[in-house]
Amino acid sequence: MAARIRSAELSRRGFLRVSFAAAGGLVVSLYLDPSKAQEAPLPPQQPKVYPPDAFVNIRPDGKIVIQVNRLEFGQGVQTALPMLLADELDADCANVIADLAPAADVYKDPVFGIQIVGGSGSIAHSFQQYRELGAKTRAMLVAAAADRWKTTPDKCRTAASVVHGPDGKSATYAELASDAARKPVPATVRLKSPAEFRLVGTKVKRLDSGAKCNGSLKFGLDLDLPGMKVAVVAHPPVFGGRVKRFVDDEARRIEGVREVFEIPLAKGTGVAIVADKFWPARQARNALKIDWDVTGVEAADSPELWTKYRQLGQTAGNVAASNGDANAMDKVAATNRIVAEYEFPFLAHTPMEPLNTTVRFDGDRAEVWAGSQFQTVDQMAVAEVLGLKPAQVTFHTEMAGGGFGRRAVTDSHIQREAAVIAKRLRGTPVKLVWTREDDVQGGYYRPMHFHRVEIGIGPNGLPVAWRHVVVGQSLLMGTPFEAFAVKNGVDSTAVEGAADTHYNIPNLHVSVHHPKVNVPVLWWRSVGHTHTAFVMETLIDELATRARMDPIAYRRRLLKPEAGKLLRPLELLEKASAVWRNKLPRGHASGVSCHESFGTGVACAVDVSIENKRPKIHRATIAVDCGLAVNPLSVESQFQAGLSFGLSQLMAKGAITLKNGIIEQRNFDGYVPPYIVDAPVAVDVHIVPSAEAPTGCGEPPVPVISPAVVNALSRLTGKRYRTLPLVSI
Amino acid sequence: MATYQINVNGQQREVNVHPSTPLLWVLREDLKMTGTKYGCGISACGACTVHLGGIATRSCIVPISHVGDRPIVTIEGISQDVVGRAVQEAWVEEDVVQCGYCQSGQIMSAVALLKHTPKPTEKNIEESMGGNLCRCGTYPRIRAAIKSAAMQVTKGGA
Repeated sequence: MAARIRSAELSRRGFLRVSFAAAGGLVVSLYLDPSKAQEAPLPPQQPKVYPPDAFVNIRPDGKIVIQVNRLEFGQGVQTALPMLLADELDADCANVIADLAPAADVYKDPVFGIQIVGGSGSIAHSFQQYRELGAKTRAMLVAAAADRWKTTPDKCRTAASVVHGPDGKSATYAELASDAARKPVPATVRLKSPAEFRLVGTKVKRLDSGAKCNGSLKFGLDLDLPGMKVAVVAHPPVFGGRVKRFVDDEARRIEGVREVFEIPLAKGTGVAIVADKFWPARQARNALKIDWDVTGVEAADSPELWTKYRQLGQTAGNVAASNGDANAMDKVAATNRIVAEYEFPFLAHTPMEPLNTTVRFDGDRAEVWAGSQFQTVDQMAVAEVLGLKPAQVTFHTEMAGGGFGRRAVTDSHIQREAAVIAKRLRGTPVKLVWTREDDVQGGYYRPMHFHRVEIGIGPNGLPVAWRHVVVGQSLLMGTPFEAFAVKNGVDSTAVEGAADTHYNIPNLHVSVHHPKVNVPVLWWRSVGHTHTAFVMETLIDELATRARMDPIAYRRRLLKPEAGKLLRPLELLEKASAVWRNKLPRGHASGVSCHESFGTGVACAVDVSIENKRPKIHRATIAVDCGLAVNPLSVESQFQAGLSFGLSQLMAKGAITLKNGIIEQRNFDGYVPPYIVDAPVAVDVHIVPSAEAPTGCGEPPVPVISPAVVNALSRLTGKRYRTLPLVSI
Repeated sequence: MATYQINVNGQQREVNVHPSTPLLWVLREDLKMTGTKYGCGISACGACTVHLGGIATRSCIVPISHVGDRPIVTIEGISQDVVGRAVQEAWVEEDVVQCGYCQSGQIMSAVALLKHTPKPTEKNIEESMGGNLCRCGTYPRIRAAIKSAAMQVTKGGA
């Protein structure tokens, strides 16, 4: 199998599409033409039926091109989804090519109903879909072969893109494709049992590695179109500020600068510079003199916000969970209570590829190239800005250099900016580039949070009462997602991992305050679990220490019997970490955590010492229950690497802060994510064997690592760490 | 604007750009060699790493006017080098990449390391790779791939 690498000249793909179709030799069907798909969207059907011809193209040369219905940005769907389809299709893997599908109704997530990467749902939601696509395509090929040989499908078998019939007859999929295309799509189809899988459950290397290691793979930022211009935008220093006046004489004198003009932003206004290339555009932005109007705009300030949040946290908010006796705490003696207050700062996602989008507006049509996690929403936004219908906007999904939630923004502010600029330069493709400074200072952060927890401990050392108040901006209020994720004033994404804890706490009360703050906020890989898991898992560890119990044994004791997704990994972790956890060198300590998110349960143990006043993570052992592991190699990689993403919030300079409305960090000098020295030296990943439906592995690595590391630090120093980032230890 | 003759991957190239233009943007926009990536523009992330005169260099902060006649090697040309090829192959074999955006820079830094230190220790790896950021966090596999490439290179007598 191989990932399709977009050719340097984009038109080539379109040409191939047309020429093969015209050649007639095609196939189960042609590439879905995005324009056609949008003009004639498939009617919603129950149960949903996805015609395989939008996903599979068996070419005359034997290559099988599979459309991947969501963005690839590291999480491995461009390998795992084609594996599912190719397995059921009995395809010759060496000739499978995976392509990122454009925006189209047919590519919407079967559960979410929009085209999206989110909620670690790619495999969980499309597992059945891609298998059925493969099985149905296979059934059509077999039916065509049976017709040809005047036999019945049950007399035929398939292997490596060949149908074998009676009397030694055989035909390749490519030979049968045209006939198969005339066969009806079967309504139902038998899927393989796990024992029959050839690819699923095996370690398959990424299809896109080669092109990512020789520089040939084109990301969105690498796009080059004939006549293309590059745009950068000067944004207001305070969110929502407006341009009062600007002087652009000096900017316009820079060679290569074409246009300088004011544009509306998602909040406030800015000044766009369009140039032949990036460097003159950036130089021109530096040369602009802009007077900003920030009157009437709230100037958020981190110390002031903390004061306000701490105050709010002293009283209960909107109730997210209320189990048992609300007054149980009063029956616990003061000496058997713990009160803990936690602070979590704003965090930026900072994907390695800076944000960008290219748009060309032709009056009655537009074309967009974007590494988008949110194609449906972004396509609609561009259409709205340009006064078009979504069907008039061809939306190409570009390979993206990371995202972690930052490429799924409900207000589509990047695409809107790009569309506003492209509208002015009708007929000219314009690539909008957000510099790293724009990215770090541009908002859409993981919200800052304050937690206050009071725990009443029973005579056996287990918690009997737990009062938990969370304070933080809502991610979803005021967005189209409010209706299903916000109930009774509680944004479920702020309390997930706490209000629905799997620990057996008889009297649990969780509530939340959602202050309104003039800082745009956004989901950050693993969303609410980024902070709730830290609070829960450091406190549970503290309770285990107090009870003088082993941290794994304590957790297994306290978890509800039905929490199998955590109990199984803990059991596996105990075995897998025994080799090192009980014989650590002097100056080292182990730390443990476990957390379930997005249906996947994870247990983590780390070996930590303190070097140069920072935690040094010599080793991490991970045990995970994600149901059936479709590509165990990818699961392993997601965990090995995703731990580092989770460590972002422990970094000494791992916070976004504001002073008088202005972000105090600009780039990777002020906001510093983990480098190799900060990451675990080695990570061994153990997967709980399972035949249950698969759950995701994109986000679940993130929540477990920070509490595990901090729990180890607490053992080394005797201190508790409740304020992030870890400026000092 | 000024005209510069530069040597990229063994070929003489002529570009006409403003003297302040960083080598990164000359490679990406004038020579259409987009394998070298923009990540920060302040030499803090290493995504733009190339070899300039044989030294791993952040091309985002080197103005074209400072390049002179020092040969430039980019990710597009590194497979011509024995160590470069070994590192690229080890990267694929160890399944290092995820999003892949930083990996051109990681590979260029790793090649520079192995050229000077054929048998690197963990400490050598941390020092030489210490300025290359990977937000996916592929660091454990980067370590593994460097060790695997080192074995390959040492075995091959390169």
